[in-house]
Amino acid sequence: MASLWEWANPHKFMTWTAKALPIISIAAAVVTVIGLIWGFFFTPDDYRQGATIKIFYIHVPTAMIAINAWLMMLIASLIWLIRRHHVSVLAAKAAAPVGLIMTLIALATGAIWGKPMWGTYWEWDPRLTSFLILFLFYLGYLALWEAIEDPDTAADLTSVLCLVGSVFALLSRYAVNFWNQGLHQGASLSLDKQENVADVFWYPALVALFGFVLMFVALVLLRTRTEIRKRRVHAIELRERVQG
Amino acid sequence: MPDLGKYASDVLAAYGITAALLLGLIALSVVQSSRVKKRLKAAEERRKSDG
Repeated sequence: MASLWEWANPHKFMTWTAKALPIISIAAAVVTVIGLIWGFFFTPDDYRQGATIKIFYIHVPTAMIAINAWLMMLIASLIWLIRRHHVSVLAAKAAAPVGLIMTLIALATGAIWGKPMWGTYWEWDPRLTSFLILFLFYLGYLALWEAIEDPDTAADLTSVLCLVGSVFALLSRYAVNFWNQGLHQGASLSLDKQENVADVFWYPALVALFGFVLMFVALVLLRTRTEIRKRRVHAIELRERVQG
Repeated sequence: MPDLGKYASDVLAAYGITAALLLGLIALSVVQSSRVKKRLKAAEERRKSDG
């Protein structure tokens, strides 16, 4: 475990991410483009959904990342609260805008798909509603960071908010199973073969999902590096102000 | 281009919105990164010159 903490040391983090970031970014771009081109151009229409099945290749990966980004923020926030590790809370802060955009894409693409399939853009269905609340939690989390000037106080309060919001991240994932009502169907990308979509749709969706995961990692690393630098600038400017 | 039939506008709107939001996020992240990098460089130079 000691080596894990050593890797998350700010200086060491900046060194290894400087090398890893270009590789992960290129891999993210290549894999995402392959997954989406495969899904968009080289898969047939679904017998029930027609061409709207193509929305599945962006909706499912972004929805999965929207939920799991919050869970990543939860772990990073817990590390901050327990070990006072600065890089972990800065990684949580860096992940929030990425999670927010993924949630927004999942909501927008779901609504666009819902109109022709369900006959409505929106329904107060358990999964859709918990997803909307998750989106509002992302907004609240980011607003709280901006509202508090002292970085450590902001880190404490946003970490507590993250713990509370985790309930909605879990509800977003399991709402269909908990309530078993509403319009939204169960998992489409599952390890359970019975529950899955047909292989012809499943494989490109898996590639697209892997690409979106890499994109999430690349963006979080880039933004965490920015947050570490911002903190350093803040410390220097504070010292300058104290010295007059 | 595949034949999207009567769902063409829905599918293209979904992809268009996704591309716009993702590219916007990537551009914003890169711009913020380069701005902060410049600010840090300037702050460290000031610190060195002040001794």
